[in-house]
Amino acid sequence: MDERIQPVADENARAPVIEPGYSFGTVTDKISSIVLTRPTSNGWFFGFGVAFLLTMMLLYAIGYLFVRGIGIWGVTIPIGWGFAIVNFVWWIGIGHAGTLISAILLLLRQSWRNSINRFAEAMTLFAVASAGIFPLIHVGRPWLAYWLFPYPNTMRVWPQFRSPLIWDVFAVSTYATISLLFWFIGLIPDLATLRDRADSRALQIIYGILAMGWRGSARHWHRYETAYLLLAGLATPLVLSVHTVVSFDFAIGIVPGWHTTIFPPYFVAGAIYSGFAMVLMLAIPIRKIFQLEDFITERHLQNSAKVMLATGLIVAYGYIVEGFMGWYSGNRYDAFTIWNRLHGPYAFFYYMLLLCNIVIPQVLWIPKLRSSPVWLFLVSGVVLVGMWLERFIIVVVSLHRDFLTSSWGMYYPTRWDWMTYIGTIGMFLAAMFLFVRVLPMISIFEMRTLLPEAEVKE
Amino acid sequence: MKRTGTYGIMAEFDSATSLMGAAHRTREAGYIKLDAYSPFPIEGLAEAIGFHSNAVPLVVLIGALIGGLTGYLMQYWISAITYPINVGGKPYHSWPAFIVVTFEMTILFGGISAVLGMLALNGLPMPYHPVFNVPRFAFATKDRFFLIVFSSDPKYSPTETRRFLESLGPRSISEVPD
Repeated sequence: MDERIQPVADENARAPVIEPGYSFGTVTDKISSIVLTRPTSNGWFFGFGVAFLLTMMLLYAIGYLFVRGIGIWGVTIPIGWGFAIVNFVWWIGIGHAGTLISAILLLLRQSWRNSINRFAEAMTLFAVASAGIFPLIHVGRPWLAYWLFPYPNTMRVWPQFRSPLIWDVFAVSTYATISLLFWFIGLIPDLATLRDRADSRALQIIYGILAMGWRGSARHWHRYETAYLLLAGLATPLVLSVHTVVSFDFAIGIVPGWHTTIFPPYFVAGAIYSGFAMVLMLAIPIRKIFQLEDFITERHLQNSAKVMLATGLIVAYGYIVEGFMGWYSGNRYDAFTIWNRLHGPYAFFYYMLLLCNIVIPQVLWIPKLRSSPVWLFLVSGVVLVGMWLERFIIVVVSLHRDFLTSSWGMYYPTRWDWMTYIGTIGMFLAAMFLFVRVLPMISIFEMRTLLPEAEVKE
Repeated sequence: MKRTGTYGIMAEFDSATSLMGAAHRTREAGYIKLDAYSPFPIEGLAEAIGFHSNAVPLVVLIGALIGGLTGYLMQYWISAITYPINVGGKPYHSWPAFIVVTFEMTILFGGISAVLGMLALNGLPMPYHPVFNVPRFAFATKDRFFLIVFSSDPKYSPTETRRFLESLGPRSISEVPD
């Protein structure tokens, strides 16, 4: 309450969460007008158009995959996982920042989260949707993907619950469901605001249906806040469990380079690392284009950069432990895995990974660069590339040379692999474009609680 | 509740502080059936209008327990009873392997109960409500604060209650048609 939004004279003091001078009315108008009255710009149509074309490319690539089978991809034995699993882990990791911001920072009473939680949650949803495509199309016979779920069937067969792959089905589907619920109940009061602000009858009806008759009664708010808090409490262990379970997909296998106990914490840290990078890559252009610098201030950028720096160092620690254990275990296969990363045919990507994930992000120690949108945008892009490379190293480099030299091989992605991957980026962006156009991208009611006038004076 | 043609009398306030003060004074004046509306959650307002019971945590607890039990028993039944398969010599009832799905099901059911429980206890979705008949009420989702005394209150009287609410210094007063 105290240091939240007071204007600061001291240059060294932290930037405010909201620039001073806003009231309930102006906050509401500023955010809701983006959806309700602001004309759709040509830039939006252009951006959405490009993203939409990429989505069409994704559908084409998947359509062709369904016709020809996964032979069109670069996956072969011994590398049966390839891009599909690399991209799955990359996308699901990106989603983690949204839940971290909305749930964990809520429990920690970090009120600065209020201006970025809504679009970070949307980012989570779309990232999980992009992630979910990959295992489904990778199963080879995607029309039978529902066999993953336990349901009574005439074949009288059931899933195998001792396998981490089935755990993943439950973890990811629970994660998608809970993220959707969390995002939606956060939207209800704002949908009511849009319903009451909208001029056209059609919009009033659409937002009215979605708002479900929310009227802001004190009784409703009371139960609402309890439910929101409990949901945050449930989502917090959930988000940590999701990437842990994803890491089990690897760690429970006996492949050298996978079979380690460092995987769960290092996967979770990496997930948050890449997720915050994506949050920054979205927040920086959004605040510029929609003139939201007063709500998404330097403080948000700085804090996100600090989270990136911290989780990046945890990831670096993970790499160090992997290298150390390769030597310390005395296991020749583990030692060879590390040697192969440094000197094998994919060594270039390992050095790129170290450069992108560990070396370059250290510039964030410099306060000046940490508050520069351009630098943050560039570093975030580098981190996203680095985290993608990390998953490539884990999946491909571990599999391509495991125990017997007779079963070694190489993996080369095909253009269908690339089209599918870039297509999901297009789908993700297309969904984000639609989201910022039709829904309030900043939580209006939570922004109101940050204003000085929200405080009840005795 | 007998039909009086009025749902209640509603007063509009400028700030959270004046709504809170008004809610306290209305309770002190002996009214028991009232509600307050605000554009964001205000701590202590629910208590001020005399609302204390909150069943949401209980609903979530029950939902989460049902989810956890369902998850575990489902895996036990599938792996040990109806479809026992020997995997690497592990016992059919290999409980450590069942923890992950049990945990996820606990969260899933708990989360769904939190949302559905909150909506059901709040009586939502409810597309029509008498308070929406007041044109100024559209500002309850923007920057205005409202207090209503329902006509079902034993102390309710069209003239007395209106006079009392006027004494609280509201911005406007409106009668809410039923």
